[in-house]
Amino acid sequence: MARTLITAPSGARRGETVTLRVLLQHPMESGYRVGADGRLLPRDIVRRFSCSWNGERVVAVELFPAIAANPYLEFSALALDSGTLDFVWEGDHGFQHREQRTISVT
Amino acid sequence: MKRRALILAASVVLLPPARATPEAMAAAIRSFTEGAPLREGKVQLDVAPLVDNGNTVPVTISVPGAPAAEVAALALFNERNPQSDVLRVDFGPRAATRSVSTRIRLATSQQLVAVARLGDGSCWAQRVEVVVTLAACIE
Repeated sequence: MARTLITAPSGARRGETVTLRVLLQHPMESGYRVGADGRLLPRDIVRRFSCSWNGERVVAVELFPAIAANPYLEFSALALDSGTLDFVWEGDHGFQHREQRTISVT
Repeated sequence: MKRRALILAASVVLLPPARATPEAMAAAIRSFTEGAPLREGKVQLDVAPLVDNGNTVPVTISVPGAPAAEVAALALFNERNPQSDVLRVDFGPRAATRSVSTRIRLATSQQLVAVARLGDGSCWAQRVEVVVTLAACIE
């Protein structure tokens, strides 16, 4: 399991803009680097990230090898109702990681 | 009249584009814009003009000019990394401000292009030249 760091508030007022920051521990091996044995290191990147709020999409992001190791993203969501935030990462070699946060909107 | 038209046409064809963007980046941008003409403005790309470490370069793309609901997607492209694509972001109905921040790799000093696709299909770009002191180990 990959480690993640997610900054999301536990509560918000209705209609408020909520800033979300997510960081995933991942090497993002680009597939263009040469290893100690002189051979190309195989690519291992996170290709997709998505965030949804109660099943409704906030953002869907496509990542490429030019994203730095431990991919970090900052974006914002509109607080309309209480519920769960879903964070999903998908990558090479069947990599998949999912995190959830609950948020109460008053 | 005929000759004038010919000279005009020749000058359009022969003059090099304002910026010599490599073909790969132009192709990547075309695949994102889906053929819509690219205009300058609206989108804003924040990145340090002088980058000390190319392995992790903070960037922010935002669209301060347009109402949030009008922006469908944002993307970032580079000129001289092995791959032209950096990031593509699609906004859903729950997104608030149309801005995204991340950290990228830069292989060398080059041009970055941020592109915003609005709901009406029009595409807007901002180009930024960055100087990289320590290059990322090839992406």
